[in-house]
Amino acid sequence: MFNKTPTSGPATAAMPPAQQALGGQGIGAALARHRRLWLALLAWTITFVIFFPILWMILTGFKTEAQAIATPSLLFTPTLESYEAVHARADYLKFAWNSVYVSVGSTLLALLIGIPAAYSMAFLPTKRTKGTLLWMLSTKMLPPVGVLVPIYLIFRDLGMLDTRTGLTVVYTLMNLPIVIWMLYTFFKDLPRDILEAGRMDGASTLQEVGYLLIPLTLPGIASTGLLSVILSWNEAFWSLNLTSSQAAPLTAYIASFSSPEGLFWAKLSAASTMAVAPILIFGWLTQKQMVRGLTFGAVK
Amino acid sequence: MKLTRALPLATLAAAVAAASQVQAETLRVATVNNNDMVIMQSLTSEFEQAHPGIEVDWVILEENVLRQRLTTDVATGGGQFDVMTIGTYEVPIWAEREWLVPLTDLPDDYDVDDLLTSVRDGLSHDGTLHALPFYGESSMLFYRTDLFEEHGIEMPEQPTWEEVHDWASRIHDPDNGAYGICLRGKPGWGENMAFVSTLVNTFGGRWFDEEWQPQINSPEWQEAIAFYVDLLGNYGPPGASSNGFNENQALFSSGRCAMWVDATSAAGRIYDARESDVADVLGFSQAPVAVTPKGSHWLWSWALAIPASSERQEAARQFITWATSRDYVEMVGEREGWTSVPPGTRTSTYQDERYSEAAPFASFVLEAMQNADPTDSTLEPSPYVGVQFAGIPEFQAIGTQVGQMVAAALTGQMPVQQALDNAQRSAERTMRQAGYYD
Repeated sequence: MFNKTPTSGPATAAMPPAQQALGGQGIGAALARHRRLWLALLAWTITFVIFFPILWMILTGFKTEAQAIATPSLLFTPTLESYEAVHARADYLKFAWNSVYVSVGSTLLALLIGIPAAYSMAFLPTKRTKGTLLWMLSTKMLPPVGVLVPIYLIFRDLGMLDTRTGLTVVYTLMNLPIVIWMLYTFFKDLPRDILEAGRMDGASTLQEVGYLLIPLTLPGIASTGLLSVILSWNEAFWSLNLTSSQAAPLTAYIASFSSPEGLFWAKLSAASTMAVAPILIFGWLTQKQMVRGLTFGAVK
Repeated sequence: MKLTRALPLATLAAAVAAASQVQAETLRVATVNNNDMVIMQSLTSEFEQAHPGIEVDWVILEENVLRQRLTTDVATGGGQFDVMTIGTYEVPIWAEREWLVPLTDLPDDYDVDDLLTSVRDGLSHDGTLHALPFYGESSMLFYRTDLFEEHGIEMPEQPTWEEVHDWASRIHDPDNGAYGICLRGKPGWGENMAFVSTLVNTFGGRWFDEEWQPQINSPEWQEAIAFYVDLLGNYGPPGASSNGFNENQALFSSGRCAMWVDATSAAGRIYDARESDVADVLGFSQAPVAVTPKGSHWLWSWALAIPASSERQEAARQFITWATSRDYVEMVGEREGWTSVPPGTRTSTYQDERYSEAAPFASFVLEAMQNADPTDSTLEPSPYVGVQFAGIPEFQAIGTQVGQMVAAALTGQMPVQQALDNAQRSAERTMRQAGYYD
């Protein structure tokens, strides 16, 4: 996004020579600096507004239950009371492991299916390719609850209720349309000549994909994978409905601390903080790849 | 080399084999995150010690999520749970569909006759218990004795809504942070409509007539809702339409409300000085009445049931009889304090002096629970069972739609008449689609 921000360079260059001679460069640079400052301020404000609920959740997790519902205040003595209560009631690591297992597992599976699918559609399109792509996307338009009962019955008969395998399969199916779409656009941007050159040198299709396509579009594949991991991590409908105790991921862990009776905000916030922490850190560490992947087409 | 590698493996295999031989039966218990259930969860090891061979695995979910989750499982025969926590609304409906195991031959020492009659009836279908009550509640009036004294008001044995309106208008002083009354306003069949239904009942209204025709724009409803909007709108806290049970409990226990009509199960918490600022000035009374005392306070019970799809029904039965037994009440009283025992299920709890000493509100709760009659809660006859709900599957949808309209009237988005006409139309549509009439 910020790549498109006009910098002092073009602004100065666009100025008429007469103005430049009158010391316009100084004024222009000052104006540009001014604008940059405002843009930075705007960016910080927007970021703060977006981040505020998360910040508030983190703060609430360190309050007592009484403080959590009292008139909002930034001044309080932090306590680990809620974290202790949350820790005493549920096995965080078990839930977290399930989350990691299903989100990473489903992402790998989706990439395994998605890469060949996107390859064939990007490089060997037929007249039905566009239709197929649209049809795949249309499956995302169905509210999940519409297929809850059929899937529940199939899972019951296959013995896949409350198993990590079952949840992985559902997440794969859920993310596959997005994965294929993203990969398709990344692959489309790759000049066909490169793959053709490889073919001229005698590369098989598998070698073409393995040695040329994947390495060349790695940033795109990485950002697709990251998005898929995040979507699976945050998914709450299927994870709550298809699991009970063995395969329940962190979404179920959070849901167990909400209550219609009694005070629960601090404990819920503590549980939520612990649930988002891994993915937050993961996102922070990989933000470079994500931004690179998302601006992949533009930069090239 | 090979031997050293194989040895630990063989040991492991033997250990696994040994472990699987004595492997305990694991019960999956689904429940909500309410305080009494948290205590039950913390006593798991007591149950496991007393019942070797049974282990308990907890699935705790938020109430609405749990309801959806359990309904999906029980309706499809998924068999994911061995014990389900459900309420008086679900039990008769699910029992009729044979989704629950009937609880006929309960052990003698369980003393089934000790259960409160109204609760027992609420959890029965065709005279057979289909779930055991874990705790029960009715509704009552809580008030601040200091504010009442200050204004020279004396609480009669049975207050009326007219009196409550008068008191609220006299005490209401928002500039000094005291609101005349706090009531539920957050839309939902189990939120604002639980309270509003009791108000409508006592104003002489009902959900359906004997032909299952919705009665939501009847004169009784209009009078009741106009009264509610006037009372809560003028003498309630700002933003009352987003206040549910929790929000009102927080307001009341921080001393912001002069009166509050809500669940009796709140009594233990607002009487606990650790959680409440008004513990020493807390007064109790029966829920107010208007035209008729019938249905003026609700009846609800969280109960433990065994789904017919469970493969471990015998172990599940041992668990639910343990968690709803007299011994369990005794154990919680001794360990957690007598105000924390699960209320509203057993007569013996109320006969216990340790309980009545620790909980001065006990007699009010018992009276309210005993007086509530889900089979006869409206002035004119009605075809449904339930005080604050109508015990039919369609009610969840209808109750929530009506709840949204009532909240819209409360916030002034539309006049009472229009809100109720809208609610009536949508209820009629739902009932017609469900085939109650053409």
